[in-house]
Amino acid sequence: MHPFNYVAPLTVKEAIDILEKHGDRARPLAGGTDLLVQARGNKWDLDAVVDVKKIPEAMQLDVSNNGLTIGAGVPCYQIYDHEKIKSDYPGIVDGAFIIGGIQIQSRAAIGGNLCNAAPSGDAICPLIVYGATANIAGPSGNRDVSVEDFCVGPGKTVLKNGELLVSISVPDPPSGFGAAYERFIPRNEMDIAVAAVAVSVTLDNSGTNFESVRIALASVGPTPIFATKASNSLQGKPINERSISEAATIAKDESSPISDMRGTIEHRKQLIEVITKRMINKAIKRARG
Amino acid sequence: MVQTFKHQSEYKVIGSRPVRHDGFDKVTGRAIYGGDIKLPGLIWGALTRSPHAHAKIKSIDTRAAEKIEGVLAIITSKDMPETEDKMVDLGEGDENPRWTSNKLMAQQKVLYKGHPVAAVAAVNRYIAEHAATKIKVEYEVLEAHNDVDSALRKDAAIILESLEGDDLGEKIHNTNLAKHEKYEFGDVDKAFTNATYIEENTYTMQMVHQGYIEPHNATAFWDEEDRVKIWTSTQGAFTARTALSNLLQLDVSRIKVTPCEIGGGFGGKIPVYLEPIAALLSKKTGRPVKMMMERTAVFETTGPTPGGKVWVKIGADKEGKLIVAESKIWFEAGCNPGSMIEPAAQCIYAPYDIQNTRIDTYDVIVNKPKVAPYRAPGSPQVAYAMESAVNDLCEKAGWDPLEFRMSNASDKDTRRGDGVKFSVIGTKEVIKATKNSKHWNSDLGPAEKGKVRGRGISHGYWFNIGLKSSVNLNVNKDGTVTLIEGSTDIGGSRASISMQAAEVLGIPAEDVRPSVVDTDSVGYTDVTGGSRTTYATGFAAWEAANNLIVEMKKRVALYFDRNHKDINFESGVFSVEPDIENEKPERNITFKEIAEKIDDDDLGGPVNSVGSVDLESAGDGFGMHIADVEVDLATGKTDVIRYTAVQDVGKAIHPSYVEGQMQGGAAQGIGWALNEEYFMQDEGGMVNSSFLDYRMPTSLDLPKIETVLVEVPTPLHPYGVRGVGEVPICPPLAAVGNALKDALGIRFSDLPMNPAKIIKAIGN
Amino acid sequence: MANTNIHITTTINEQPYEFLAPSYMSLLDALREIVGLTGTKEGCLDGNCGACTVNVDGRIVDSCLVLAAEIDGCKVETVEGMASSEGLHPLQKAFLEEAALQCGICTPGFLVAAKGLLDNEPNPSEHRIRHWLAGNLCRCTGYDKIVKAVQKVSSEG
Repeated sequence: MHPFNYVAPLTVKEAIDILEKHGDRARPLAGGTDLLVQARGNKWDLDAVVDVKKIPEAMQLDVSNNGLTIGAGVPCYQIYDHEKIKSDYPGIVDGAFIIGGIQIQSRAAIGGNLCNAAPSGDAICPLIVYGATANIAGPSGNRDVSVEDFCVGPGKTVLKNGELLVSISVPDPPSGFGAAYERFIPRNEMDIAVAAVAVSVTLDNSGTNFESVRIALASVGPTPIFATKASNSLQGKPINERSISEAATIAKDESSPISDMRGTIEHRKQLIEVITKRMINKAIKRARG
Repeated sequence: MVQTFKHQSEYKVIGSRPVRHDGFDKVTGRAIYGGDIKLPGLIWGALTRSPHAHAKIKSIDTRAAEKIEGVLAIITSKDMPETEDKMVDLGEGDENPRWTSNKLMAQQKVLYKGHPVAAVAAVNRYIAEHAATKIKVEYEVLEAHNDVDSALRKDAAIILESLEGDDLGEKIHNTNLAKHEKYEFGDVDKAFTNATYIEENTYTMQMVHQGYIEPHNATAFWDEEDRVKIWTSTQGAFTARTALSNLLQLDVSRIKVTPCEIGGGFGGKIPVYLEPIAALLSKKTGRPVKMMMERTAVFETTGPTPGGKVWVKIGADKEGKLIVAESKIWFEAGCNPGSMIEPAAQCIYAPYDIQNTRIDTYDVIVNKPKVAPYRAPGSPQVAYAMESAVNDLCEKAGWDPLEFRMSNASDKDTRRGDGVKFSVIGTKEVIKATKNSKHWNSDLGPAEKGKVRGRGISHGYWFNIGLKSSVNLNVNKDGTVTLIEGSTDIGGSRASISMQAAEVLGIPAEDVRPSVVDTDSVGYTDVTGGSRTTYATGFAAWEAANNLIVEMKKRVALYFDRNHKDINFESGVFSVEPDIENEKPERNITFKEIAEKIDDDDLGGPVNSVGSVDLESAGDGFGMHIADVEVDLATGKTDVIRYTAVQDVGKAIHPSYVEGQMQGGAAQGIGWALNEEYFMQDEGGMVNSSFLDYRMPTSLDLPKIETVLVEVPTPLHPYGVRGVGEVPICPPLAAVGNALKDALGIRFSDLPMNPAKIIKAIGN
Repeated sequence: MANTNIHITTTINEQPYEFLAPSYMSLLDALREIVGLTGTKEGCLDGNCGACTVNVDGRIVDSCLVLAAEIDGCKVETVEGMASSEGLHPLQKAFLEEAALQCGICTPGFLVAAKGLLDNEPNPSEHRIRHWLAGNLCRCTGYDKIVKAVQKVSSEG
């Protein structure tokens, strides 16, 4: 591990200045549960880690009629221990609840999970199906990027030199909305998704038709995938076994997994189909309350 | 002539469950494990490791590392002493020091991913580890062989050029085959022609790791007189001393090994890895040097038990008598010879009485870490094959697999596959207990929607070992006894050894105060391994305690003014009948009272005794497990929903820790069955070398593991103790495999039986 | 070589501490190497075994994945702080009575983690206990006796 300095700025501006100065020899530190492992594994030679946890904007957790704002440094447990988030954003909670074990969840941040940009990141697909936005601050000003566009490759994001993910905004779910996320792992905890699916549905007033659907897939491509074809296939469709099965098949086709130590192409494809079906049904159930 | 014992049925201390003697230190964080050692002037060492599994070392450039502030010394294989080319016995396996030295610090070639090529000493750990990454090594990459088929190909790259292979006694060269052995009894070919039912299959498996939570560590100090002190988490301080003596070319008396508390071993902490490197760095710097192995390196360079393949063919007559068995066992040894082919041959047919048997074993060099013992080394792999085959044979013939195992069970005088005949064993008692168990007599219960359930059983066998142990006892004024031993305590052996002494002395277990000491402070003691510690060191404690009583009787005699031959001892009380002729009354005195008198009065000075054993044999151990599984047909995920381990433990000294061994072994076996494996990339090298991707079971992955202790005491031990630690890892592989067969109708013959394989098989 | 020492003021097991630690040093190493509390163990250094579990401000964490610099101003509890002048913590007692440890290397982490659970949820179900402890690996026991020990304390309330 390259020995690095520790800095804990109090403002976004200060953090950006330090990040810009060091370029790729500095990284922001949220929960550290990926960063410190990677620094130790010599993935980077860092001169500085920039702790974002003393920046108020990065630690905000706010639920209102305008939606949910999650500061980039907010740890998982604060998400799933929050009564209002639990009742109004159960799909986000599904992801936050399974990242690492309890110890990891005390530290690991939703924002950190997003910036780590692992294809398997358990926080990312839920954010995609909730239509969340990443709020980025940088040397040349602030910008917002849809979460589905945030990751561009394994470990790679849209963040440019000096840019910092400050928070994530999740829109207030409309009526008739339900979402769920599930991953498959060979163990029951402490594992990386072999394949995972998040689904959100918005049902029409009758509760028998899909108004709109968002489906996102993890661990079956270089980044978490927003499965647009599968999502669109259900738009305006009646809720029945056939429409759900068809969407699951399309999701399977939209996935492009590889075979590696965590799973095979064949198994991952099958899992995408199975979990997509299960998650559509779970999202419907939640939408119907 | 082996001494044999008859046993009483009731004991005072044995069979009770006292709090272990080291327990308070271990629940408060006070216990000093190898990693906790601190010395004045301590510096740290770290290793530069090969990223390749097979490559020539073209050059090593240490200049950049040397320039880093805080770096104090760098060594390479040139700094390793010239070692002899001979085999050395290390308790649970032999090693050739020349190859061992090369394994620990690569000479011309690297033979496995993670193979050390240089070591750095620096003022702290961070600088040492950082500097180790700055040593530049140029490699010429060679073809790597990941498995036995690849390594035995005619055009395979030769991994260990100096190897002289042994093919049924014939010397062979330019080969990756280290050894081929054969065991044959009866007339196998003829018996197969007489068999009505024949089952034949090949079973394959990957290397798996012991998975202890504490990484390897070592602290060494080489002083001005060429005396070396080592503090380490080792399963055997004396075997570590022998290994270090060979590697460092120092007499054993120059080396003192202090065995610290140890965070798990399961066999994997018998070999030395960091100790000689830390010692050489200390020699070069004049400072004590500490090293701690990173988890990736623990997986990539230490431990594993062999992967490989096992072909089995068995035949039974129409009445259900198992008349013939034949097998071929190929094991991956890693970069040096010495996979566990001998124990595999000893274990494969052990649960059965079969007249006609043949076994061929092959020890094959591959580009993987040299294997180390892992809980019944070699036995789980062959049990997986044999117990799967037996179930499939029963299915073919329509026989009940439990009844078949009972009617073909091995017994006293049955000949094992390697020719050895059994003493008193508990195979049949174990099967009977399985049949009577709550688990066996309960239903599987209905599966959830989309899931199916199945139940499987399997035998497991380990012969257990005896070997050498020493124990010293000293009587204290307060009536307690200090017990000095050399057996590393990995799971409660201070308690199980002390209890055997306490039983003899008639005092409570708490009144025996055990200490595990360094190699200068007790007689030679073999490793904590082979399930020998409670058996052999316990035997030494029993002997020392009996010797102590003899000594105490002399003191009592002085005190009573009587002949020591007339002194009786029972339940902690010394007594003497009245001597009417000399008008001497009946007297008695407790152990505690006389201890105080000896200290105060002129009764011959301090009382101490020694127990020293070298046991040729040990009580064979058999177990049978029942596994219930539930499989999700859509995802291929298997949950073990109920599990029972039945085992002949001889005599349970401390039943809680016996149960603990059975549960822990079963848990490791379940992990092996379902998920654990060395996942290799094509170009060689393990890729899943973290706890995250190696996927050992968590608390949420296991059911409660029920235990049934069967006690068939072995006549070879004063209390009938059989080793218990290793048997329980043998049955789970086939028990789970047989349960999957029951659930899905599919035989999985390749480990691990993970979700991807299950989905593939269901799809087909 | 960047080697800024950070000044850290913290409370460990209810005792105030002040020390300097290199900016890149983990809390685990600071506890073990600087403070001298070696009860917290190193197992994997990547948050997958839980042997280094400590409690920071009421939450259990893997101390290998926390920088020492981050605990300035925090309250840290380690296994060494569990027993009091009145004796062992009920969990420590239960671990001994139930033989919930074999080699003992994972024990400090399990004890601190289990205390973290029972401090907030005095009566967890067996499943909840197993779920909470899934971040702590034990290779010796098969978990059975550990779960029993925690259940014993929770039922004694």
